[in-house]
Amino acid sequence: MTTAQLDGRTGRMYWAFADCWTMVRRGLLYYVRQPSTIAWQLGFPIVSVLLFVYVFGSAMDIGGGDYKDFAIPGMFAMTMAFGFMNTAWLVAIDKEKGVTDRFRSMPMAPSAVVSGRGVSDVIGASIDLLALAVIALVVGWRSEGSLMAACYAFVLLLWLRFALIWIGVYLGLLVPNQEAAGNLFAIAFPFGMISSVFTPPSLMPEWLGTIAMWNPVSSTANAVRELFGSPVPTGNSWIEQNALLMAVVWPILITIVFLPLAIQKYQRLSR
Amino acid sequence: MTTAEFAVLSESLEKRYGDKRALDGFDLAVPYGTVYGLLGPNGAGKTTAVRIFSTLIRPNGGRALVGGFDVVSQPLAVRRSIGLTGQYAAVDEILTGRQNLEMFGRLFHLGTKRAKQRAVELIEQFDLVEAADKGVKEYSGGMRRRLDLAASMILAPRVLFLDEPTGGLDPRGRNEVWNAVRDLVAQGTTVLLTTQYLDEADRLADRIAVIDHGRTIADDTPAVLKSTVGGDRIEVVCRDTADIPAVVKVMAGVCVGEPEIENADGRVSALVTHRVAALTDVARQLQDEGVDVEDIALRRPTLDEVFLRLTGHRAEDGTDVQKETAA
Repeated sequence: MTTAQLDGRTGRMYWAFADCWTMVRRGLLYYVRQPSTIAWQLGFPIVSVLLFVYVFGSAMDIGGGDYKDFAIPGMFAMTMAFGFMNTAWLVAIDKEKGVTDRFRSMPMAPSAVVSGRGVSDVIGASIDLLALAVIALVVGWRSEGSLMAACYAFVLLLWLRFALIWIGVYLGLLVPNQEAAGNLFAIAFPFGMISSVFTPPSLMPEWLGTIAMWNPVSSTANAVRELFGSPVPTGNSWIEQNALLMAVVWPILITIVFLPLAIQKYQRLSR
Repeated sequence: MTTAEFAVLSESLEKRYGDKRALDGFDLAVPYGTVYGLLGPNGAGKTTAVRIFSTLIRPNGGRALVGGFDVVSQPLAVRRSIGLTGQYAAVDEILTGRQNLEMFGRLFHLGTKRAKQRAVELIEQFDLVEAADKGVKEYSGGMRRRLDLAASMILAPRVLFLDEPTGGLDPRGRNEVWNAVRDLVAQGTTVLLTTQYLDEADRLADRIAVIDHGRTIADDTPAVLKSTVGGDRIEVVCRDTADIPAVVKVMAGVCVGEPEIENADGRVSALVTHRVAALTDVARQLQDEGVDVEDIALRRPTLDEVFLRLTGHRAEDGTDVQKETAA
């Protein structure tokens, strides 16, 4: 039996995973062929770490605690938040260059196009986090929490990144070309910054602070601060008091909304 | 003939986008083993038809069978029987040519080992040995299209769709692609080729369907299509435009049709019935009259003229095509 004849439900399941893995391999080959990709992805957070810790850090008064302990977990969360742009960018390129159409004209598992993108982006995000963590350790940041808590913090960070994949896929299919995908930075920037990443929302004007508090990025940032045992003040609002819960819930809500939208957008390519 | 004898069969196919009818009762029957040209201007519906045949979009009405399978109800079976090379070289630019072919081979479910073997075979077949381990970014346009073709041929499909395979390529790239396509055809692949380059259809296709406004308006061999426009013509190019009247007089006596004059380049042409006799007569009489000519030749009508006659307008890249047919 040639493997191509593997049909039926078992066959479909098998190929859904096998094809997904082939797509993940493709994503990983990018890092081998173009190591500079990682540098680009990490450029902004690294520069931000250096700027906020060394340049602005001394001027930053967040009402107690070392600013470094506040900013570095925020930086982790921001890197995850900006990750959706990377997803959107790669999806838009495939669509524009006709690669998506090639996949769709082939007898492969259709789900692999999206699942492969998702898995390789989560792997990519893990590499990003690892690199950022090393840099954070170099500038003197330490986790005060237990090892388990630190691991859980990284899981929560990747959980946010995972949910944002669907926004990335949706936007990547929505925009006409890769140039437009590059312009998504205009959305990503306020999404990442109007949050508790660099400053506590309590120090912002009230209306902006409320938006920042309810930003999913803030919940993840606050939750990982708590898990890392960063001695920093948290606000008194419900959303800030329940950061650990919301860091789990927000990504679920995002997935519930954007996964069907992304799938629908993909299916509509055949209109 | 039964439906099984056709590689591609389309009956009253319809595709609407809002009020616009991209395909409006489109019929086509491509027998196995032929190279079928689908010729038409931009927006005529060529690409829409190919996208329906390759299961990328769904029709609103009518039906289409590819390799005997219905594109709507049996898309997986269709996908196993076809190769598709679209308007863009749909390959990953960051990977190497070999990595591309191996990836597509795995996705065609060949298994890792066979996918690697197949990549090696195709790299050889499409003359990409030297470039195989370079990133596709470094490839020329012609090389990319050859890689794209190779990716389409991984399963050695019986039916290959080529949607404007040489669009945007320089003459050298086009030749590379044409040669690769001819090799595939020699091995028995059925090809449905869309193009707006009339000379491309003329060179590659056994049979041509002309499509305009989503419908087939003519369907025949290139030779028959050309003969519908009229027979052969004699074309004389004068060295000195002052000689034009003398040339016209000679040609009017020999040829059946009224000579047509293009003053700009001193070109006079007229329809003839007995090609060789007419050519000899014109040449001899011109010599007797002492008229010096730049060039004298028999010319068959071009597909461009066929197109103009059938649709009332030129192919989109009309100027381009003319230059190349003249060359």
